[in-house]
Amino acid sequence: MTEFLQQLINGLAFGSILALIAIGYTMVYGILRFINFAHGDIFMLGAFAGFYLAPKIAALIPLPSIAGTLVVLGISMALCAGLGGLIERLAYRPLRKRPKLTVLITAIGVSLFIEYAGQFFFGAAPKKFPDILPVWQVTRIGGLSLNSNQLVVLGVSLVLLLALRFIVLKTKIGTAMRAVSFNPEAAALMGVNTDHVISFTFALGSALAAAAGILWAINYPSIDPLMGILPGLKAFVAAVLGGIGSLPGAALGGIIIGVTETLVSGYISSTYRDAIAFAVLILILLVKPSGLLGKKEIEKV
Amino acid sequence: MNFRHAKTILLAAWGVSLLASLAASRINPYWLYVFYDIGIGIVMAVSLNLINGYTGQFSLGHAGFMAVGAYVSAVITNQCGDLSMFAANGIFALALLAGGLSAALAGLLVGIPTLRLRGDYLAIVTLGFGEIIRVLLQNMDKVGAARGLSVMHGWTNLFWTFGLAAVTVYVVAALVNSTYGRGFMAVHDDEVAAEAMGLNTTKYKVTAFVVGAFFAGIAGGLYAHSKQFITPGGFGFMQSITFVVMVILGGMGNTIGVILAAILLTLLPEGLRMLAGIEHLAGFSANRPLSWLGETRMIIYSLLLIVLMLARPQGLFSRKRNAPVK
Amino acid sequence: MPALLQLDKATIRFGGLTAVSELDLQIGRGELVALIGPNGAGKTTAFNLITGVYQPTSGAIFFDGQSIVGQKPYRITARGIARTFQNIRLFPSLSVFDNVRTVFHLHLRGDVRHALWRGQGYHAEEKSIAQRVLELLEIFQLGKFRDEPAKSLSYGDQRRLEIVRALAAEPRLLLLDEPAAGMNATEKVELTRLIRFIRDKFQIAILLVEHDMQLVMGIGERIVVLDYGVKIAEGSPEEVRANPKVIAAYLGD
Repeated sequence: MTEFLQQLINGLAFGSILALIAIGYTMVYGILRFINFAHGDIFMLGAFAGFYLAPKIAALIPLPSIAGTLVVLGISMALCAGLGGLIERLAYRPLRKRPKLTVLITAIGVSLFIEYAGQFFFGAAPKKFPDILPVWQVTRIGGLSLNSNQLVVLGVSLVLLLALRFIVLKTKIGTAMRAVSFNPEAAALMGVNTDHVISFTFALGSALAAAAGILWAINYPSIDPLMGILPGLKAFVAAVLGGIGSLPGAALGGIIIGVTETLVSGYISSTYRDAIAFAVLILILLVKPSGLLGKKEIEKV
Repeated sequence: MNFRHAKTILLAAWGVSLLASLAASRINPYWLYVFYDIGIGIVMAVSLNLINGYTGQFSLGHAGFMAVGAYVSAVITNQCGDLSMFAANGIFALALLAGGLSAALAGLLVGIPTLRLRGDYLAIVTLGFGEIIRVLLQNMDKVGAARGLSVMHGWTNLFWTFGLAAVTVYVVAALVNSTYGRGFMAVHDDEVAAEAMGLNTTKYKVTAFVVGAFFAGIAGGLYAHSKQFITPGGFGFMQSITFVVMVILGGMGNTIGVILAAILLTLLPEGLRMLAGIEHLAGFSANRPLSWLGETRMIIYSLLLIVLMLARPQGLFSRKRNAPVK
Repeated sequence: MPALLQLDKATIRFGGLTAVSELDLQIGRGELVALIGPNGAGKTTAFNLITGVYQPTSGAIFFDGQSIVGQKPYRITARGIARTFQNIRLFPSLSVFDNVRTVFHLHLRGDVRHALWRGQGYHAEEKSIAQRVLELLEIFQLGKFRDEPAKSLSYGDQRRLEIVRALAAEPRLLLLDEPAAGMNATEKVELTRLIRFIRDKFQIAILLVEHDMQLVMGIGERIVVLDYGVKIAEGSPEEVRANPKVIAAYLGD
């Protein structure tokens, strides 16, 4: 029982990181109807931003500390937000009116470029992420050992998800995002600057991915330029599972994939863990392609 | 192109491959292996072109089918001891066929559930299938799991490589250049209209997947018996991307262009390697040995993809704008 | 002899919306029938029911006395119903010739193996197909464009090509979905002549969905009026024109 709870908490921590990445996929898909393949690599860049920032921040604020961690997190999120917007501007915007496949291929190109340019500049070998967050006394309840890092992951994810919910539901730009995702032409006619909204969406998604990257690196402190590929794909699966285009769906999907994968690798076999997300994906697409919380789309003839 | 003489051309290609094969001992072994890579690249790219180019589907898991063919054929030939040249080639042909058929079966398994998916969903599911094949192989102890499998016989030669490349080109071209085969392109252009015009679009898509996978399996067999060592990791997502780049560079649905692209992209890293060698000899990069080449190759591929999509989505070798319609 | 096409209380619902409700419709051999109604009346939906794109929620559809409910669109086409689309759907990157040629696979005797083996029989068959495609194109004055990609044709030529492509299926019933959409007055007159010509030359029945009353009155021998998915009138152009329900539907209450 304790072991089960232990695995469940591991799974929740992993799942909430996936949820943060999945949000970015689902927002972009909701508006532009394409899979931003490079999103997983923004997650990687977030972690590397933290890696290179930490020593600089440490000169100002002693690390490990909570304040320092927040500063690293904030700057890394801001950097990646800018980068996400820049990628959209340079690579995707010129293709807005082109066939979807063209955009998809470009996205794959951007993704590969970030990964291999990353290997070139950061080096291919894994790096150890510095300890930026103080680890508190490991809490023991019964036989259960709770790592404070996992609690931080859960807490920060929750705060970010609530902040996102606030932005999307309560702010002007959030309303514009929903309008564009509902019908871009109509939104443009009503005076919404769609280019602006799309850039903002990329920036927002990228900031969340960067946060996920830092949280990941705090928890699994070995980072490398290809670290974004699998979490990225799994987060995409999570977004599809939840119903692509649906924000609560992406969060739910992330948690489900995270927990399932952790439980399967804990109880059945860890060597198969990387295949689980894909098996889940194929299953959903066969059974309920619109996902758990998504809406069905009918093609007009 | 005049397809009336297609069969004659095919026979001629076999003849040339056979002669080249007999003269192989005069060719520098390094280049011999480069030629094998070129032939294998052609088989992979031309067969993928049937799926991604002509039929307008988007598969990102072609290397997965290659893996199936490589492992199946290698397991078969590894049962054999030393054989006479005649027996060896016979067994090798059967092993390649078995590899191709197994891959075709995998293609059928992938094709059926993916039929109702389009564009990016299809891409990610085929990617997923490719990864699942890799993970399954990594868990099979009998074929060496993640450590890889040694292939005893280096039976790949110029005859098989280019003879089979010619067969691949023939089959794809003959399929597409017929009244029946124009259906693949119709499916590419507008699935709803194709169905309304009496085309069984499902069957066309599955056919494309199965035929494409069959030849990828054959290419896998050639690869295994050329390198003589295979690992599941060698057939990953990145490998699939290499073939996708060949198809896009050549121009989707342009067989000749895709063949040229396969040759070009196989020679490119060799060229880079040579350049690096020169640089290395001149002492420019003493602190950065050859290892950085693998990385720059992928950086060049990725930039090539982005620039092509922005500037020339129809590929390098297509005059027509044959860019994907959907 | 049963009617060529018969719909018995064909109904389709999308969620709470009943797009077509208990539609009864009969079309005889060689008949020219027009289906009209205001926007959103369910005309195109009725087409999609007949061609198998949608399945009826209830009711029956017979073609030549046999039920075609549950059949895939491509099978229904093979049985002899071909269609055009409201918003032209050609194969844009294929040549004009290939757009029509593709449909001839319905009449192929050989299959994939023929294409791969390329024997005498294959070449003979391809030759005769090419001849028939060109004949069809010539009838509709499209022969000169045979090697152009379909997307490069003018709007009117694309419409005609779509009809030629449908005729290549050798249908016994041709469904035309708003063929006059986007045409000016002269082109509409031309179209009226073309539709009559097709019926007489190919001896087939035609069901026409149209928005434009004028065109329909000039061409339809029998007119069926739909409003909110329900058939509100049926008869000759004169009868329909005089029907108060039709006037109300078109002018609003």
